Amino acid sequence: MDLKLKVWRQDNADDVGRFEEYQAHDISPDMSFLEMLDVVNEGLIGSGKEPIAFDSDCREGICGSCSMVINGTAHGGQKGTTACQLHMRHFSDGMTITIEPWRATAFPVHRDLVVDRTAFDRIQQKGGFISVRTGSVPDANAIPVPKDESDLAMDAAQCIGCGACVAACKNASAMLFVAAKISHLSLVPQGQPERERRALAMVKQMDDEGFGNCTVTGSCEAVCPKEISLDFIARMNREYGRALIKKGTI
Amino acid sequence: MNLDAKIPSGPMAQKWDKHQFDLKLVNPANKRKYEVIVVGSGLAGASAAATLAELGYNVKCFCFQDSPRRAHSIAAQGGINAAKNYQNDGDSVHRLFYDTVKGGDYRSREANVHRLAQVSVNIIDQCAAQGVPFAREYGGLLANRSFGGAQVSRTFYARGQTGQQLLLGAYSSLSRQIGLGKVQMFPRTEMLDVVLVDGHAKGIVVRDMVSGEISRHSAHAVVLATGGYGNAFFLSTNAMGSNVTASFRAYKRGAAFANPCYTQIHPTCIPVSGEHQSKLTLMSESLRNDGRVWVPKSQAVAEKIRKGELKASDVAEGDRDYYLERKYPSFGNLVPRDVASRNAKEACDEGRGVVGSGLGVYLDFEDAIKRLGEGAVRERYGNLFDMYEKITGSNAYQNPMTIFPAVHYTMGGLWVDYNLMSNVPGLYVVGEANFSDHGANRLGASALMQGLADGYFVLPYTIGQYLAEVGPDDRTDTNSAEFVGTEETVRAQIDKLLSIKGKRTPTSFHRELGQIMWDKCGMARSKAGLEAAIKKIPELRAEFWDNLNVPGENGSLNQSLEQAGRVADFLEFGELMCRDALQREESCGGHFREEHQTPEGEAKRDDENFSFVGAWEYKGENQTPELHKENLVYEEVKMTQRSYK
Repeated sequence: MDLKLKVWRQDNADDVGRFEEYQAHDISPDMSFLEMLDVVNEGLIGSGKEPIAFDSDCREGICGSCSMVINGTAHGGQKGTTACQLHMRHFSDGMTITIEPWRATAFPVHRDLVVDRTAFDRIQQKGGFISVRTGSVPDANAIPVPKDESDLAMDAAQCIGCGACVAACKNASAMLFVAAKISHLSLVPQGQPERERRALAMVKQMDDEGFGNCTVTGSCEAVCPKEISLDFIARMNREYGRALIKKGTI
Repeated sequence: MNLDAKIPSGPMAQKWDKHQFDLKLVNPANKRKYEVIVVGSGLAGASAAATLAELGYNVKCFCFQDSPRRAHSIAAQGGINAAKNYQNDGDSVHRLFYDTVKGGDYRSREANVHRLAQVSVNIIDQCAAQGVPFAREYGGLLANRSFGGAQVSRTFYARGQTGQQLLLGAYSSLSRQIGLGKVQMFPRTEMLDVVLVDGHAKGIVVRDMVSGEISRHSAHAVVLATGGYGNAFFLSTNAMGSNVTASFRAYKRGAAFANPCYTQIHPTCIPVSGEHQSKLTLMSESLRNDGRVWVPKSQAVAEKIRKGELKASDVAEGDRDYYLERKYPSFGNLVPRDVASRNAKEACDEGRGVVGSGLGVYLDFEDAIKRLGEGAVRERYGNLFDMYEKITGSNAYQNPMTIFPAVHYTMGGLWVDYNLMSNVPGLYVVGEANFSDHGANRLGASALMQGLADGYFVLPYTIGQYLAEVGPDDRTDTNSAEFVGTEETVRAQIDKLLSIKGKRTPTSFHRELGQIMWDKCGMARSKAGLEAAIKKIPELRAEFWDNLNVPGENGSLNQSLEQAGRVADFLEFGELMCRDALQREESCGGHFREEHQTPEGEAKRDDENFSFVGAWEYKGENQTPELHKENLVYEEVKMTQRSYK
């Protein structure tokens, strides 16, 4: 099939950026979306232009590198699917496809579709861990974890940190991402000693990074490639309130 | 070249304990005076960086991804082995050790493998304490499953995302140390050379991939945790960015490269769909626990399937050949990866492949669904079935999956001694980047184990010996001649790549190299094929340096430039792989030489002449590298012909 692409091009963080149009010819339905972009890029280099910069690494939906808004939807709108796992069989001949980077103050653009998501790492550094030194641990089976709690923790823990939730949110809120981590660690017994500190510290860093607030529209859940439930945001709010009370702040 | 493996004396089961006691310690108050560079942030790199920082060392950690959490360990699906014997099914440290040596086809170093089996139990404890949500039973205890090639259930897992969860565990420990200021993290930063001072590794030169800035970093020791080189084949299950550059540049500075021909071809990957293919996707081999591998008995039926005239369900039970169950009745579909891969190739070579290209076999869950119900199958493999459907558009609950082998893991790597130090003093290599533990073939669920063993429990001990010996004052100013000179070399290569302005893209060279490697140095290798490759690759390399087109400049984010540098190294490294495959006149593990097989078509080892590690020394540009040998001595495990019949 043949497609028309409208792609966001921006040389660096200071550049204002603009859309440019390209043609994509002879696209096979078996190609992934990123393979389609590879083909376009090979053509651009051939005609003396610079290729479209975009992040991708594992190309199997787990590393969370790929980050693009496709026709207005983060990762392109196939349920539970990253851009790298989106295949061209979901598009049809003659379509125009608009491709943009994640847009959020806390995710400045490096170039074209490549953005800076180190804000997520800084949130993790404030409390997204259980403080255990290597070696200073009991036998693994000395800490039984009920299966349903462990399974629920896993539902949250499978977040890939891609940032689609932020890109989809009208407030550029990172609540789903932060909620996933806080929920995972507050659900398991190992995470209890730091439960309150973690909730307070991660939420504070999230706010300091310039992410917006949650108004529960659920757009994050709708685009999340791991289908992480909005329920975790409710859980995070509860964890945060609980921490405030326990710490005597309110 | 000195290839002293420094294996401790004493009985096998006591070597590591004894060695830990014999190793020098660094005084706690002195640890903060040392700096260690860790390159790579996968399981091995992140666990090493976090643990070294916990011990009190100052760590600089570098990764090319935008976050350390994205290293390709994240994509490992199936699980991690540990000799916990929680299932009471006869597992032990000795059995895991034995299975790993046997599975590696007697080409690994016994003492290293034994240590790996020993510390495997600590890894599970460590990860559970970090809150890794491993699969559990209703009683709250950890669940296990058996996994490719093992007859005990010793594999721990977190759905089909074990690598992700273990990496996020290591990343959480790393993040904690970054927050505490003990690790300085450099994401989107690529190592382009290692700096040697008086023969010791004392730093690295890196490129900031956003600004293009080249900078020099010094330390008391350098740890490479930079993963494998499977992308030499262009198509592999590795991530797009996985590359050999850090290891290869260390090799060019004098580090020996061991067993580069040992490549693991994973039997259960999604077949290639066309010319545009940018990478291949693995379906965890845990699927082989319940899936049955088959092709039609007759070529005629297979041909009808390929043409779309017949479906899998149209083929009667009696017309199907469950060839693994037929040929290997005791292991059946769970034979090791190399055996499963070669048999798939053989079935397709016989014209019995079931996808359009002819290169694919069935992995069928019909019986498992009948036996367990679709719900139970969904519980075990749901995410894998979903992934399969996303990529192929086909529902594997209704139709069998189609699979074909693909390059997945590389057992070879930089040569290291028992302390994980290369032959370059101060240069340590951990995880997939080194060569030591898997011999000629890695067992399933052992890569995660080795990465974390090296990073959490081995390197943090062994590096102390070197650091104590050199002392805290042994640091070189980054303005020294060695650092400045190395940076000049790096800049010269970047300038050269940008100046050619020819006609071909880095990808087109990479793809062509990959085709040569797959054809000549893939699942089956021959003298004639390898010699042809050794002739062709330098020609392609010459064209690369003459006709490459890298658009843009160095001073900004330039993905073509990053890729060109990596392809340049693969173009030299691919030749080294072929040379190693050519010298190894035997078949062992993932290395199958057509000239060396039994009458039944099984791999035929030559223990008398090839029971050694082949370690290559760089001799200069376009010079033939020199082969050195570390002889492998087996004290504990008796070498036998592997049999999975």
